[in-house]
Amino acid sequence: MNNPYIVLPVILQLFIAILLMFSWSNKNIQKLISVTGSLTALVISLLLLIKVDNEGIQIMQAGGWEAPFGITFVADTFSALLVLLTAIAGLAVSVYSVGSVRNARIKFGYFPIFHLLIMGLSGAFLTGDIFNLYVWFEIIIISSFVLLTIGGEKAQIEGAIKYVTMNLLASVIFLTAIAILYGLTGSLNMADLSLRVAEIENRGLVNVTAILFLVGFGIKSAVFPLYFWLPASYHTPPPAISAIFGGLLTKVGVYAMLRVFTLIFIPDTFLSTVIMVIAIFTILSGGIGALIQNNIRKVFSYLIICHIGFMLAGLGVYSTLAIAGAIFYLVHDIIVKTNLFMVSGLIFKFKGTYSMRLLGGFYKEHPKMSLIMAIPLFSLVGIPPLSGFWGKLLMIQGAMDQSNILVVVFIILGSFLTLFIIARMWSEVFWKDGPALPEKKHIKYYNALKPLKRKAMVGSIAFLSVISLGIGFGAEWVMRLSIKIAENLMDPTLYIQAVLGN
Amino acid sequence: MEILLVIIIGLLYAAGIYMMLRRSLVKLIIGLILLGNGANLLIFLLGKIVKGKPPIIASSENMLGEIYADPVPQALILTAIVISFGLQAFAIILIKRAYKVVKTDDLDEMNATDEDL
Repeated sequence: MNNPYIVLPVILQLFIAILLMFSWSNKNIQKLISVTGSLTALVISLLLLIKVDNEGIQIMQAGGWEAPFGITFVADTFSALLVLLTAIAGLAVSVYSVGSVRNARIKFGYFPIFHLLIMGLSGAFLTGDIFNLYVWFEIIIISSFVLLTIGGEKAQIEGAIKYVTMNLLASVIFLTAIAILYGLTGSLNMADLSLRVAEIENRGLVNVTAILFLVGFGIKSAVFPLYFWLPASYHTPPPAISAIFGGLLTKVGVYAMLRVFTLIFIPDTFLSTVIMVIAIFTILSGGIGALIQNNIRKVFSYLIICHIGFMLAGLGVYSTLAIAGAIFYLVHDIIVKTNLFMVSGLIFKFKGTYSMRLLGGFYKEHPKMSLIMAIPLFSLVGIPPLSGFWGKLLMIQGAMDQSNILVVVFIILGSFLTLFIIARMWSEVFWKDGPALPEKKHIKYYNALKPLKRKAMVGSIAFLSVISLGIGFGAEWVMRLSIKIAENLMDPTLYIQAVLGN
Repeated sequence: MEILLVIIIGLLYAAGIYMMLRRSLVKLIIGLILLGNGANLLIFLLGKIVKGKPPIIASSENMLGEIYADPVPQALILTAIVISFGLQAFAIILIKRAYKVVKTDDLDEMNATDEDL
């Protein structure tokens, strides 16, 4: 189905960013435009997902150039679902930013850049052209560079140097991989590549290219041993920015891996073993890294790495059920990780510190707030029937069917580590009696905020918590979508037919 | 010509990675620039180099008959150059800013992100 409206989520974000630039000096109008724009984007993305789910894959050939010659945009269920999740996280962070981002940062263009970042993410999910994917990745990283450094504090700048270096390196490796792939096949359209790569006889060269893609995407999604930039940078910017980074930026790497390694490079034994080993080490190093951290934002940063390992393990097992599990987990992870970084920001607004040693007594002082915060924390652990449980269940089932005991063991070990870390955090931050903290002058505490700002911060956390609960209790619906997506990924005939025709 | 390009690309990648592994911030950026240029030349090389055959269809025919120079790699390189130009400009401003804030260009001394708060 040729449908030019599928790029609407991308165009809309660009339009919002332009509008925001015209109201550069007025922060209240900026906030209003950002929130209403994000709300519109959410409605459009929801309509897109419903349309794709009912009517099948929608495509757009840019400029009327037929595939494989032009740039194709493809909205299959996977892309549409991720665009919807981006819009949900985007709305939550936009509302949260209204409450938490300081005026100085807004003056330097926080909101326009934020919407350009969301535009890049939506574009990366929708494109069907490998070089176009590279371009969207560059839009994502340049916006994230600005967001990471805006404000210019010492830790931010130092974190940014590590982040910028590794992401530029990842881009070069990705570009090298594209160059070799173009040399091998003479095509850039992913559906066309799927057919042409299968015909190449020199499988060694194909595997080398696949490994280059794996390294490029691996740096972006922070897998072992390429993750060191993540815990060095994600805890430095304001919580609203960490939230969007933690929720979506690493996940776009996972999306690219799931797409490329099911459509273009079908993993042989060698490649799936490599992916599986990387996944296991990622789970271990993320989990163990989180164990020894004291700063709650760093704990969450390491937990991102640990849980990227889960999704990679699902890809490594390479069966419909395991990939469906990875996709379910991806859906859950985007919502929960975004929420957790926002929660950490709210805790900071109350207490003025991120250190677990200094925090304490939160439950006694704010029992209702603690209950809202408990939802994302325990969803992350995956206590049934909360959202984290179902994805892992599917993955373990998938790995069992392939009698892949190693992956099962490490997924359970990773869950156990997460449980231990979250339980410790719960007792340290919420239950134990903390020391009395001195008031810091340069921090604007929660009680000093205007009521609207307070409502924005708590409201956005509650919104994502409700969605987490929705994923957990409405697991049947999400599972149906995940299994449908996994079936389409494992058998890309539908995708190729939709793009290339017949 | 191809052999020459292959050697140059190899040198650019090697020099780029070597420079990135140094401790100085400026050398880090130079390394990234070299790597980026190496990747651009690689696209050019792998797009098959053909001399003096522009992809122009004669008015009497309706498709390209013989071997022609593929215009796609050149479009890709142009895009990649523009993108890397923007990113490198940002990176250079960033290291200038970092030098002002941290007062060193030695990467080993940039440990503020590892401090336990």
